[in-house]
Amino acid sequence: MNKTWIIIQREYLSRVKKKSFILSTFLTPVLFAGVIGIIVFITIRNSDKEKIAVIDNSGTFKNQHDSLKSVKFELNPPVTKANFYLKGYSAILFSPHADGDTTSDWLLYSRKSFGVITTEQVNEKIRKEIENTLLLKKFRVSTTDIDSIRSTTTEIKVKPVRLGENGKVENGDSTLAYIVGYVASFLIYLTLFIYGAMVMRGVMEEKTNRIAEVIVSSVKPFQLMIGKIVGIGAVGLTQFFLWIILIIVFSAVIGAFIPHEVLLQAQHANDRLPGGENNAAMIQLASTIHTFTTVNWPLIVGCFLFYFVFGYLFYAALFAAVGSAVNEDPQDAQSLMFPITMPLILAIIIMINAITHPESGLAKWSSIIPFFSPIIMMARIPFGVPGTVPWWQLGLSMLLLVGGFLFTTWLSAKIYRTAILMYGKKATWKEMWKWAFRKS
Amino acid sequence: MPLLEVRHLVKQYATQRAVDDISFSIEPGTIFGLLGPNGAGKTTLLRMITGIFYPDEGEIIFEGRKFKPAEDILRIGYMPEERGLYKKMKIGEQALYLAQLKGLTKEMAFAKTKEWFLRLEMQSWWTKKVEDLSKGMSQKLQFVITVLHEPKLIILDEPFSGLDPVNSNLIKEEIYKLAKKGCTIIFSTHRMEQVEEICDQIMLVNKGRKILDGSVSDVRQEFRETLFHISLDTLPRQIASGSFEVVEQEEQGLVVKIKDGFTANDVLQYFIQQGILVKEFHEILPSLNDIFIKLIGDTPKARQFQPA
Repeated sequence: MNKTWIIIQREYLSRVKKKSFILSTFLTPVLFAGVIGIIVFITIRNSDKEKIAVIDNSGTFKNQHDSLKSVKFELNPPVTKANFYLKGYSAILFSPHADGDTTSDWLLYSRKSFGVITTEQVNEKIRKEIENTLLLKKFRVSTTDIDSIRSTTTEIKVKPVRLGENGKVENGDSTLAYIVGYVASFLIYLTLFIYGAMVMRGVMEEKTNRIAEVIVSSVKPFQLMIGKIVGIGAVGLTQFFLWIILIIVFSAVIGAFIPHEVLLQAQHANDRLPGGENNAAMIQLASTIHTFTTVNWPLIVGCFLFYFVFGYLFYAALFAAVGSAVNEDPQDAQSLMFPITMPLILAIIIMINAITHPESGLAKWSSIIPFFSPIIMMARIPFGVPGTVPWWQLGLSMLLLVGGFLFTTWLSAKIYRTAILMYGKKATWKEMWKWAFRKS
Repeated sequence: MPLLEVRHLVKQYATQRAVDDISFSIEPGTIFGLLGPNGAGKTTLLRMITGIFYPDEGEIIFEGRKFKPAEDILRIGYMPEERGLYKKMKIGEQALYLAQLKGLTKEMAFAKTKEWFLRLEMQSWWTKKVEDLSKGMSQKLQFVITVLHEPKLIILDEPFSGLDPVNSNLIKEEIYKLAKKGCTIIFSTHRMEQVEEICDQIMLVNKGRKILDGSVSDVRQEFRETLFHISLDTLPRQIASGSFEVVEQEEQGLVVKIKDGFTANDVLQYFIQQGILVKEFHEILPSLNDIFIKLIGDTPKARQFQPA
């Protein structure tokens, strides 16, 4: 046991100290935060500067409301299609000539194309202006009344509520569950692949360097294999924890800078445009935050770690066996790896289906079979335990995965023991089968 | 009590018997040479003694008790034929790591590594990586790593290959020192002149079987062909004696083969009677190389695979 510990330490430290590990650990969240930051930044900048000249001779566009903060409208300024750009307008909008004409298009000329959000805002604004004018003209409804009606209706929303066991009320919003499930299972898939391949390369290195023989004259091959698997697994966990910490730190830092403006902006827009879409957006945001807090995070994170650790152990043992059977030629690794990568890829395909139908038979059974369970179960868990995933399924899945990991480790240890000292040619699956199941 | 005793060891591979009923014993402090052509089963034999393989039949007695790999391998140092080290790992750390796997504490490992590095002038290597070393240098390092934990039994598979004469001598000296301290050393090689120089005892294997064993001088005696070299003042024109025949004629001497039933004295007597001054007279013992070729040379070189 003591020697296994020494091996674990070496496998762990030699990897954690590598420049590539440090870089990938610190750069990934920075990149992540950077991309989000850039998106936020661009959104703010872009939507802040637009000023649109409206040429409307029909009297439809009254510009009664204050403009949105991000897009300013000016009614009939002294500009033409030829010179609006020089006078500081980013676009010029022409109304159809006939009064009350709702079928013709409004034409928006600009030198650059607008983003989706700006276009949407312009559309919204025009639609509202026309609506108001028509309502005023035909039914003598004042703009204030319209606004109050609007704000009342937008506040009414359907809130999905699911009845759990014993009449317990659970959140029924599946969008977040979908996202969480997708991200979690994809993360499991990626890490199983990355760290599994790392184990395989480590074993191959020891074999081709011929250090394996030096080491197995000091320790049992099983100790060497387990030491490597556990050491690399610990590297994976370390990377996860560092990422979580870094993401928390970064989002705190970003929260201290950028979103402050954004929030203020949202606040302003909301104040100045009563009954507008922003109000609905705020409500949407509030409800999302509410949903976010109702998700059972401890369960999801706990299950994630469980399925990462045991899924990794399950596959890493197989990867180690393949690594030990390879002989210097990396192409051997490719062909021997195929039977292991196959179920992983299949799992991802099933997952894409299972996440939209988390209660289907396919999803249920594949989340219990150890080859697929780490990926499929993580896609289902965010939809609710014990709502979508009954406890017995979760328990059985976990039990089988632990059993599966013990089995693959036992199997791989037998292959590994023989293959690590075999040189000359790559082992075939038939030979590996024989080594695994022979007696003694 | 022998340090190591091997009784009727057998290892069967799928297509052949790699080791076929081999027995021998080694006294403490001996330098033991294991000889044999490529594919004779030397490596398989050594792997069983180092606990890497389990024998199919037979037993290994280490220090008077049945060999228990888990405990006893800590008292064995093994340098395999194919050297191996982590290329990217720092040399100092690597030595410490492998010493700890042999059961040394971290402090002990550090002290021992320092000591050996100092002795073999390797101090400056500590923070280098193995990939920076030449072949000879990494050989030296591998040797140090093998003996670092002061094993009772040291097994060296071709320890001098790739070493220049200076480093070769350095290692040879260290081997003598270790043997003097009571370490037992098993050497596997096919370089006969080294064996003659270093080993006390040898065993020759071929096709998984033991061909012969014994001390170097005994073996050479056993295979003596009663050849003598004689240096003479003047060579006689004609030699006619019933006791010997001339095998080779040199400018100042002769190589003679004594016939059955006669002794060296009969040869000397012949020349003395003729009044020829004998300047030098000594027996030519066959070199191990000659014996090796004589015993093995006429068998097919490559081991044939038997049908499974």
